[in-house]
Amino acid sequence: MTRAAPSRDELFALYERMLLIRRTEERLRDENKAGNLPGAVHLYIGEEAVATGVCAHLRATDMITSTHRGHGHYLAKGGDLNAMVAEIYARRTGICRGMGGSMHVADFSKGILGANGIVGAGFAIATGAAYSAQLAKEGRVVVDFFGDGASNQGTLMECLNIASLWHLPLVFVCEHNRFSEFSPASTVTSGQISDRARAFAIPTLVVDGNDVAAVWEAARAAIERARDGRGPTFIEAHTYRIQGHMEAESLLLGGQHYRDDAEIEGWKQRCPITSLRKQLAALGSVEVSRLEQIESHIMARVDEAVKFAVASEPADPELAFSLMFDGQQP
Amino acid sequence: MAKKRYIHAINEALFEEMERDPKVIVFGEDVELAIMGDCRGLLARFGRDRIRNTPICEQTLTGMAVGAAAAGHRVILHLMFSNFIYTGMDAIGNQMAKMRLMSGGQARMPITVIASYGGGGANAAQHSDTAYPPLLNLGGINVATPATPADAKGLLKTAIRGNNPTFFMEAGGRGGEQGEVPEGEHLVPFGKAVIAREGRDLTLVAIGSMLKPALAAAKSLAVEGVDVEVIDPRTLVPFDAAAVLASVRKTGRLVVCDEARERCSAASEIAALVAERGFDSLKAPIRRVTTPNVCIPYAPNAESRVIPGADTIIRACLQISPAKTSLFSAAAQRAAGDLLPGA
Repeated sequence: MTRAAPSRDELFALYERMLLIRRTEERLRDENKAGNLPGAVHLYIGEEAVATGVCAHLRATDMITSTHRGHGHYLAKGGDLNAMVAEIYARRTGICRGMGGSMHVADFSKGILGANGIVGAGFAIATGAAYSAQLAKEGRVVVDFFGDGASNQGTLMECLNIASLWHLPLVFVCEHNRFSEFSPASTVTSGQISDRARAFAIPTLVVDGNDVAAVWEAARAAIERARDGRGPTFIEAHTYRIQGHMEAESLLLGGQHYRDDAEIEGWKQRCPITSLRKQLAALGSVEVSRLEQIESHIMARVDEAVKFAVASEPADPELAFSLMFDGQQP
Repeated sequence: MAKKRYIHAINEALFEEMERDPKVIVFGEDVELAIMGDCRGLLARFGRDRIRNTPICEQTLTGMAVGAAAAGHRVILHLMFSNFIYTGMDAIGNQMAKMRLMSGGQARMPITVIASYGGGGANAAQHSDTAYPPLLNLGGINVATPATPADAKGLLKTAIRGNNPTFFMEAGGRGGEQGEVPEGEHLVPFGKAVIAREGRDLTLVAIGSMLKPALAAAKSLAVEGVDVEVIDPRTLVPFDAAAVLASVRKTGRLVVCDEARERCSAASEIAALVAERGFDSLKAPIRRVTTPNVCIPYAPNAESRVIPGADTIIRACLQISPAKTSLFSAAAQRAAGDLLPGA
């Protein structure tokens, strides 16, 4: 496997993509708080380096499976921002025409096989997609994003077994964000998760998931390996979920706590976006102004996306009937 | 047209569709050896890329079907026994049935799941269920229940070419039964029932494995002067309500025969549909003939006690038949008592 660090331009591209995810989700957080979103949102704030570092190596024809915390994967894989925000606003211009919402943002034309509300559902979907990709012999690769919580679903073992046995072009990316919904990983997960893959003779890489360059390097090697027909790799990326399991979760918790504020603050100090910004700003004044341009450009895009969503027509309720089947009444 | 066995008709459909479209693939447990008979010869003809044994992991297999379909293949998943639908239910209920709607119509799900159902083989409780009722409640899943070799071939070909997930329910233990099967291109449309026997007095809807005992029952009833019309719906989703309602308009009486357990069976659904939309035509209460709400026991005598057969169907028909009884006669009450679950 070749090990190469991202170039300066690649770092700027990674920075831009991470910032797009961050600013979009900060806005969604605020819109949720303001009561402007009809459904729940599960935010990826703090974990952006993982999706961004991995998807930087993917082609439009490659495929990903995502999670209920899927906005970052969708945007990192090149999903359209306006259509995603409109989806979360339940508008007919949404990427799923308002029928899926935050937990199901998908763009099959870009290989985004969908965020998914069932924790761990991506394992088998990714395995099936990778089998299809292998048979088609077009060099397509599949990346399966999932969390440490999902790693406790039995289907992980089943899919590691098949992926290894059949040498599938599949990269498992475990985003270890330390929480299984409202339960700290230490209370529900035993051992090192990547050891589960080692048991099936799958090579593993454990990386700092808050270091986008480290994720980028690991993913480059894993994706190259998959594309060359040498089989699956398992990446365990350590990161931290800054937001709760879902926005407005304090209503459910009723004053209870499952983590300390100090722990959250500590991880905020390790923000993947801030540290890359510092690194790039240190290069000189040209880079500083480039960072400022990126910031203002993204703020404008996010504003525009929300305006687009708000101005769009509500979803067409009749789609619930016409979209159930292809060419058939429900 | 040639006489063929049910299992050979299925095999023929698989061969023809895999020849026709290189994107058609088959996977499942022990499909390479064709343990269930229907995949015989496919490995030698198409190779391991297109027909492949999998580990025993139904939860993953149903999810893989979704992924492979999303990635561009036409998937045939062989689940062996319909009880394994329960094992694989998560991806069936949460992904396969919902992917199209929740993606806003982006996803196409060309998936055919083959599963053999029903009792009669002393396979005991975990290999004898008629497991389609939960599928009917999901929405987004087609269910085909071929009763004859010709329909087995024609419905399977339609399922494989379709873009919606379809469960192709093989009537277990019926693989050896023969019937005329058209050669080559023979497609049976979904949602089109067939009148297996015309009659004037009573409509008997018989699903899949129940068609044979229903026809035997109709023959016996004819001797007693009851002229029974037997309808085979062929697919439960989509369902040909018009055909059943038209028949009930003619006969005024309905018996629905389904090997599934009584509660929330397909028979229950059909009975409700006719009660809602055909009430004015009814001259007698609707009767369901189903397996009672019990597991299928091992002992052959216990098994035949619970699974409906021609005798059970005859009794149910006589309860509401115009010739034999009035609705409230002592004979009808006794017949009804015999049918109570656990009686």
